[in-house]
Amino acid sequence: MTGQEQLLMQNYQAPRRPLSMNPRKFILWLFIVSISMLFAALTSAYMVRKSEGNWLNVEMPTLFWISSAIILISSLTMHLAVRSAGKDDFSKLKTWISLTLVLGLGFLITQYMGWSELVTSNVYFVGNPAGSFVYVFSGLHGLHIVSGIVFLAIIFYLVLAQKVHSKNMNSVQMCATFWHFLDGLWLYLFTFLLLNH
Amino acid sequence: MEANTEQAVAHAHDVHHDHEHHEGNFITTYVFSQDHKMIARQFLITGLLWALIGGGLSIVFRLQLGFPEMDMSFLEPFFGKWIVDGKMDPEFYLAAVTMHGTIMVFFLLTAGLSGTFSNLLIPLQIGARDMASPFLNMLSYWAFFLSSVFMFISLFLETGPASGGWVIYPPLSALPQAMSGSGLGMTLWLIAMALFIASVLLGGINYISTVINMRTRGMSFGRMPLTIWAFFITAIIALLSFPVLFAAALLLIFDRSFGTSFFLSDIYIGGEALQHVGGSPLLFQHLFWFLGHPEVYIIILPALGLASEVIATNSRKPIFGYKAMIGSMLAIALLSFIVWAHHMFVTGMNPFLGSVFMLLTLIIAIPSAVKAFNYITTLWKGNIVFTPGMLFAIGLVSLFISGGVTGIILGNSALDIQLHDTYYVVAHFHLVMGASAFFGMMAGVYHWFPKLFGRMLDERLGYIHFWMTFIGVYLVFFPMHYLGISGFPRRYYSFTNFDAFQGYVELNEFISLAAIMAFIGQLIFGFNFFYSMFRGRLAPKNPWRSNTIEWTTERFPGHGNWKGEIPAVYRWPYDYSKPGAAEDFIPQTTPLSETPESNLPEEQEQVDREKGAPADGEAINL
Repeated sequence: MTGQEQLLMQNYQAPRRPLSMNPRKFILWLFIVSISMLFAALTSAYMVRKSEGNWLNVEMPTLFWISSAIILISSLTMHLAVRSAGKDDFSKLKTWISLTLVLGLGFLITQYMGWSELVTSNVYFVGNPAGSFVYVFSGLHGLHIVSGIVFLAIIFYLVLAQKVHSKNMNSVQMCATFWHFLDGLWLYLFTFLLLNH
Repeated sequence: MEANTEQAVAHAHDVHHDHEHHEGNFITTYVFSQDHKMIARQFLITGLLWALIGGGLSIVFRLQLGFPEMDMSFLEPFFGKWIVDGKMDPEFYLAAVTMHGTIMVFFLLTAGLSGTFSNLLIPLQIGARDMASPFLNMLSYWAFFLSSVFMFISLFLETGPASGGWVIYPPLSALPQAMSGSGLGMTLWLIAMALFIASVLLGGINYISTVINMRTRGMSFGRMPLTIWAFFITAIIALLSFPVLFAAALLLIFDRSFGTSFFLSDIYIGGEALQHVGGSPLLFQHLFWFLGHPEVYIIILPALGLASEVIATNSRKPIFGYKAMIGSMLAIALLSFIVWAHHMFVTGMNPFLGSVFMLLTLIIAIPSAVKAFNYITTLWKGNIVFTPGMLFAIGLVSLFISGGVTGIILGNSALDIQLHDTYYVVAHFHLVMGASAFFGMMAGVYHWFPKLFGRMLDERLGYIHFWMTFIGVYLVFFPMHYLGISGFPRRYYSFTNFDAFQGYVELNEFISLAAIMAFIGQLIFGFNFFYSMFRGRLAPKNPWRSNTIEWTTERFPGHGNWKGEIPAVYRWPYDYSKPGAAEDFIPQTTPLSETPESNLPEEQEQVDREKGAPADGEAINL
């Protein structure tokens, strides 16, 4: 390579790096898409089955209203947790994260009590699919909530280990995204059941 | 982060001279590897072993169909009690058909094809060190492996593996009383498929994230090879459709094991009513085919992508209609989600709904034809190099057209009344997605074997393999159209019991013999594959004189793919036989400003940008 060619080479514009976002966050969003498809399939199945008749009118347990309120509040505390993380306010961060975690557990307990309420009104898992679907929706959502709670516990551990701060927000932001999604998912399922029971 | 990886790679370079695997022991290098290339090899070899089992099963039931009077005692060492007095057990026939379908559709043509080549080519062709999450990628393979273990065990159960067809329609699959395969065999099938879905989702999520976020400098979407476009679109389809299969499988599990009634209603066994009330078996079919139809595109799109690359390279011509290829793949992906009910025309669905699904189904012919014509016009007047990979790619185009044409006939809801569940359907889908996808996969194996194992496959054996397979496939499936039109039904263990079908004994014999020939061809490939992996001729760096950047890596690329910096990309991957150029190919890594003799007038703008730009560092941060 001659000197002139070398000079020419140096002046080449390096091609631009394509637009991209954090791959881990992106992966989380794709997981959310696949979970959404799972529930979209189940709620579509519900509609198809319902249109065929022979359907049982299942009254939603009143406790489901309370659990909905709990999970809505937990979304708020999660949001506050992210804000305190951004401000490096660690004591508040710990409070909000643990509060979210407790509210998540409270949600699960309320859902379980909601099931008992269903049983007392003679709606069982085994029987007319109208009832079975309610158990499948809430049960499968509950399973996702369990994974969300594990995620929260990991974040809480990371906070204790001082690995979450304003310069390192990825993990707590991802946890918040997932948690808000689970909140929205439950509100969707509950509204869907209220409108189509 | 970047710096660390580069240091690691530089380190790898230093030690490489000693020919030692310094990076890890046997376990982390060959077993729980996070290197996308090793995971690709794992997917490929597992898939090919499954192909041997799936193909072997098809030969067994072809023997039954072609030679119903045959003494099959010689199969006893393999199948034990399933061969009774030299005759095949009818339930085993159904199990063999079911497992052939399951293995080929999911384990070979989804995991073995998409899993192998998405893993191998996505990082190598877009210029990334590895996948977005190598760990999830490793989990994806091991979920597949575990799924394989469950499915494999189910083959050895005394009650047999799942036998209700690969579509596992309830009530047949839901009630253990229905057939022996619906007992433990079906349970293991469902467990295996749940794991398989997890594997596909973990893999697919990684592919999408990698393609979008980890391309090298200059690799815009408009410069991505069509292989990557195909894998990308496939992964999106998989992400949207496999959760739906999971939903269907979950509800089926509840019906089988917990006594719910999602798919079961009013069933009497021995005069006694079962407790299941209020379910709908059709609901299962809707859920299943909402996955099932996109699944056939999950199978064929990667094959078409591989064929695009192989055909363009070996025609020494740019691919014809690059954007049309992408557009038609997107159109196919979109349409794949709204045609599922054409599998259900004869289930008693509303005829108006049937005509809507028929219309949507026939529209798929348009993007498919665009692709077929683009392949042919790419070949037109090219300096074709007939490598074995190229022959398989051309074979794919031929099979895709022959099988696609009958799709237009089957897609008619009125004609389907006659053709449904006949061998016409078998002929159609085996040509258009079974054999074509297999040909695409083989094109990929022959073409990228040098990148997979650093060696070349033997060409002469490759040609023998191709011709035996190509002729075999047509001899098997072409006569089936005739069988189907005359009403010959699928899934019958013993057609000779029916007077109407007595006349088809010779034709069935012929098909079986052709199938055996094609199968022997695959054994030749198997030998070639495993022999060349260790003893094949060492591959040159760029054996096919190809433009894409995977050929800029070493013969045996380490984990991280490139020593030093990842090459940047300056042009699209199809600059073959560009007028004025010295060679008949210009790699993607060659800047336009280095090739003034072949630049087109509209490319001048980019040349100016390359020349008059600020120094590297600044430009990257733009």
